[in-house]
Amino acid sequence: MDQRNLDVKTGAFLAYVQEGGQVEATDWLPDEYRQKLVKFVEMHANSERMGVLPEREWILKAPTLQRKLALTAKVQDEVGHAQLIYRIVEDLGKPREQSLADLISGKAKFHNVFHYPTKTWGDVGVIAWLVDAAAIISQKALLKCSYAPYARIMKKICWEESFHILHGRDVILAMMTGSDYQRSLVQEALDRWWGPLMQFHGNPIPREEDPMWVWRIKSQGNEEARQQFLEGYVPQIRELGLTVPDPNLRRNEDGVWEYTEPNWDELRSVVTGHGPRSQDRLAFRARYLEQEKWVRDTVLAA
Amino acid sequence: MRAQRVLELADDELILGWRDSEWTGIAPTLEEDVAFSSIAQNEIGHARALYEVAAAELDTDADALAFDRAPGEYRCAQLVELRLMDWAHTIARRYLYEEADRVRIDALRRSDDAELAGLAAKIDREETYHRLHAEMWAGRLRDEPRFRSAVEELWPYALGVLDPELRPELARRVGLRVDSTQAVDRGAHTPELEELWNEMTEVRGSAPGQQW
Amino acid sequence: MTIFEVFRQERKGQPFAHAGSVVAPDAAFADAWAREQYGRRGESQALWLVPRDAIHQITEWADEFDLKYRRVDGYSIKARLAEARERAGTAGS
Repeated sequence: MDQRNLDVKTGAFLAYVQEGGQVEATDWLPDEYRQKLVKFVEMHANSERMGVLPEREWILKAPTLQRKLALTAKVQDEVGHAQLIYRIVEDLGKPREQSLADLISGKAKFHNVFHYPTKTWGDVGVIAWLVDAAAIISQKALLKCSYAPYARIMKKICWEESFHILHGRDVILAMMTGSDYQRSLVQEALDRWWGPLMQFHGNPIPREEDPMWVWRIKSQGNEEARQQFLEGYVPQIRELGLTVPDPNLRRNEDGVWEYTEPNWDELRSVVTGHGPRSQDRLAFRARYLEQEKWVRDTVLAA
Repeated sequence: MRAQRVLELADDELILGWRDSEWTGIAPTLEEDVAFSSIAQNEIGHARALYEVAAAELDTDADALAFDRAPGEYRCAQLVELRLMDWAHTIARRYLYEEADRVRIDALRRSDDAELAGLAAKIDREETYHRLHAEMWAGRLRDEPRFRSAVEELWPYALGVLDPELRPELARRVGLRVDSTQAVDRGAHTPELEELWNEMTEVRGSAPGQQW
Repeated sequence: MTIFEVFRQERKGQPFAHAGSVVAPDAAFADAWAREQYGRRGESQALWLVPRDAIHQITEWADEFDLKYRRVDGYSIKARLAEARERAGTAGS
C-alpha cells in the first residue's frame, strides 16, 4: 500500500488508526479500508461457519455423554461466532445471503484448516486443542481492531474460546493416559494436522507490508502469530511424549523457532477451494441452504 | 421396573437429542442454529440425569446405559428414531414431542416417587423454553401445507410416546383425534435406530472399556 | 426480518451494555434467539432487546464557545490559593 499517495482525508484516517484510534459503523471509512475490512471479516465469518462441518459428525459419535455435551457446546459456539461476525459484515453493507452465495461459489474464502478431513477421535482432540489455540492467537490480535464493532465481539469470542482449548486438551490427555491405540490416534492426527497448522497464520510477509496491520485491523503480523503458537504449544505437545513431525523444528539461541518452510503452494491451493474436502463441504453447505430457503423466504420473512 | 420406566424417558431424550444434533451447522438461520443446539444439549442433559437414576438401581453407570446396550434393548419410542432432515418434519416432531412430554412430565411431577418428581420438575423448567420454541415455530408454520402434513404423518408416532391412558390428554392439547389402533406403540424399533446406534457407538466401540 | 440490538446486564446493579444484535422476524423469535446467544452460559443477569429503528444516535454537538466555566478543567485555583495563604500567614503550615 502506498502511504504517500493517499488523499488528505484518508491520510488523516490512517494516522488516526495507527495511533490507536477506533471507528464505528456510522463513521466515514476510506474505500480501501472498508473493502479490506469486509473481505477479512467475511473470511473469518465463513471460517467459523465452515469450521462446524469437520466437527459436527463427531458430536454424533462422541464416546461419552460428557464429551457429547462438551463438543456440542463447542460447535454451538462456532455457530454463534459466525452469527456475531456476519452481523459485522451485514452492518458494513453486505447482506448475509450475498456472503453465503459468495462462499458457495468460491468467490469468498475460508481458512485452510477447515478444508481437511477429520478421520478419528484423535482429530477431535487436536482440533479443539491446537487448531483452536492457533485461532485464538489470531483472535486476540483483533481485540484492539481499529474497527470497534469487530473489536467488541472479539471479546465475547475469546472468552468462549477459552473453554474450547481446555476441552481439547482434556480430550487429548484422556487418550494419552489411555491405551496404546488411543495414543496412536493422537500422534497420527498430529502428523496430519501439523502442516495445515504451520500454514494457518499465513506466509510471513513483514507486517509493514500487510494491509491488515497497516490499517490496524490486526495488531500483529503473521510470523509473530506463528512464533507465539510455537512458543506456547510445542513444549505442551512434547511434554506428553508426542513427536512434532518436523525434524527441523527447533528454538534457536535468540528464542526464535526455526522450522521447515511450510508449503505455501498447498495453502494457496487449499484456500482457493482445492483442499481434500473443500468442494464436498461447500456442496453440503449449499444443499441445506437451498433446502431450507423456503423457511427464510416465506416463514420468517412475513 | 422403575428403572425400565426411567429408561423409556432417558432413551427418548438421548435419541431425540442425537437427532436434533444432526441440525448443527445447517439450521435455517444461524440464530436458530444456536438456539436449536441448546435444545439438543438440554435433551442430552436430561438423558444423563435420568440414566444416573436408572444406573443407581441397575448398578452400572450412565454412559454404559447410554451406549453399551444393543439397539434392541433401548426403550425409546419410534417417534425419536426417525431421521427427519427437513425443517417442516423436524418442527412437527419437536412440537408433538414437547406436547407429549409435557403430559408425561406433569404425571411424573405428581407421582409419589420423590426423586423422580423432583427431577421431573427440573426437566420441566428447561422444557418450558423448548415448548415456547416449538409453539413459536408451529405458529409460523401453521398454514404451511408441508408442516400440516408432517404433523398428520407423525401423529401416530406421537401417540406412541405415551401410555394409552395419557393419550386423550395429548389429543386434546394438540387438537387431533386419538385413534389407538393407529398408535405406533413403544416396543418395536425402526431400522433407523440401528443405523443411528452404529454411528453413535463407533468411537466408543473401537476401544471398549477405555476412558475417553 | 428486523435487527434487534441486544443490551446485557452482567450483574445486578450494573448498567446494561450493548452486546450485539440478532436478526429475527419478530420479538418472540428475537427473545428465543437472544436468550441463547447472550445467556446460555449464565453470563447475563438480564437482556434488553430493542429494534434498531427504535434507537436514535447522537454524535455531534455544537461546541463553538468556551464552556469551561461549567467543567472542572475550567478552574485553576493554585495561584490564588497560594496568595490567600500568604495573606493569612498560613502558607507552609
